[in-house]
Amino acid sequence: MTSATRTFFSQQAANRRNSVLLLLSVGVLFALLGFAGGYAYTASPAGAVGFMAFGLLIAVLMTSGSYFSGDKIVLAASKAKPVSAESYPQLLNVVNEITIAAGIPAPKVYVIDDSAPNAFATGRDPEHASIAVTTGLLDKLERDELQGVIAHELGHVRNLDIRFMLLIGVLVGGIALIADMFLRMSFFRGGRRGGRDGGGAGQLVFLVIAILFAILAPIAARLVQLSVSRQREYLADATAVELTRNPAGLEGALRKIATDREVLEVANRSTQHLYFVNPIKKFEERASSLWATHPPLPDRIDRLRELQALPPLTDEERHSLGAH
Amino acid sequence: MELIGVLVLGGILIFAALIVIAIYNGLVKKRLRVDEAWAQIDVQLKRRHDLIPNLVNSVKGYMDFEQETLQNVTEARANAVSAGARGPADQAAAENALTGTLRSLFAVMENYPDLKANENVLALQEELSTTENQIAFSRQHYNATVREYNEAIATVPSVFIAGMFGFKSREFFDAPVEAEQVPEVRLR
Repeated sequence: MTSATRTFFSQQAANRRNSVLLLLSVGVLFALLGFAGGYAYTASPAGAVGFMAFGLLIAVLMTSGSYFSGDKIVLAASKAKPVSAESYPQLLNVVNEITIAAGIPAPKVYVIDDSAPNAFATGRDPEHASIAVTTGLLDKLERDELQGVIAHELGHVRNLDIRFMLLIGVLVGGIALIADMFLRMSFFRGGRRGGRDGGGAGQLVFLVIAILFAILAPIAARLVQLSVSRQREYLADATAVELTRNPAGLEGALRKIATDREVLEVANRSTQHLYFVNPIKKFEERASSLWATHPPLPDRIDRLRELQALPPLTDEERHSLGAH
Repeated sequence: MELIGVLVLGGILIFAALIVIAIYNGLVKKRLRVDEAWAQIDVQLKRRHDLIPNLVNSVKGYMDFEQETLQNVTEARANAVSAGARGPADQAAAENALTGTLRSLFAVMENYPDLKANENVLALQEELSTTENQIAFSRQHYNATVREYNEAIATVPSVFIAGMFGFKSREFFDAPVEAEQVPEVRLR
């Protein structure tokens, strides 16, 4: 899906459009499943809406903790330590430069003591943002490559990606909840339904379809959520170029990280989506790209090369960068 | 029937007024962002003025043969500080001249390995480097705010509100011709 020459503006526009469309589709899926489930249970439109609202409320409650204190939890889980001007002056200078370019307030800066090069940003909006980088990243990257990575992370903050992904998370959680409630209630009432009138066969078919829908909907929603995650990663890359006007820096960083085989010890399944590059490399290599939170590294590099009017990577180059 | 007609008309008018207010406020906010971004450039330029005397003092002892280069930097800095009172055109020219002398100094410093090993000098060099970057980024950000503002004034429907209330477009920050000349580095 590469066009001849797009600017980072048009790349950004495409990413935003795609993520909004995907968000809408999850919303529609939630509404359909909620309404169908509620109607099947209560046999009235008002009851169906109530059912949907209930599911949404529980999902919101479950996610609100993450919205308000998610960043503290993630920072603690990753063993991130705050930095001072004496210990990491260049890092703070680079962060400062990018906050000026982005026009956002300065985030809190943290360092993770690990030789695997990686970084993440968290926080619900620019006023409450934190960014963490590993010592491995600081050691292995040049200044303009570090600038590219910081710009990518602050791009996430400026684009309100954490909030966007939480919103989708609420909807996906709501779909999973409603599907679960519906399946339990169907098992409970399934027997009684058939005996109520002579149309038992028709109702049974409807029930089977509804149950299939309830099983598949959470999976579909999860796939859409992962697709949105990948779109927002592309958007953050394009935003990094907008901020630094230097696609080569970010490309250099991606290449270095792609060929680095170290494993980030503090990362796990629940935090992997936050990082600059997926830290769980073994999972990425085995899984197909539909289940990935991040786009494949060679594809990210190709989009950056497009912005430098360079040709995309050849097959040998892709192979040498590893199956990331 | 007449009452419904009046209510509907009233509703439409209120709705239209709200849209106009929203667009007007949006334009005002964008214009204020442009003003702020412009002021921020000055903040970065003054920061550079403050850092330079320290740098010159740190390297003086090591660079006996480069007194002329150091002298150029000190003079250019003094000129830039006083140019603030002479107006934006003079100020821009003076700041660009200062950038030129600093580039010469950095180029010349490469020839002094003792200097490169000195931690104070390295720290100051990083400070100046980041200051140059910050000046560049604050100008870039200024251009981004100007672009957003000019876009808003020129596109439908805000173009009509802009015309009604006298919003004028702003100029981009251009690097003047002098800055594109490569500064001469003289080594002895």
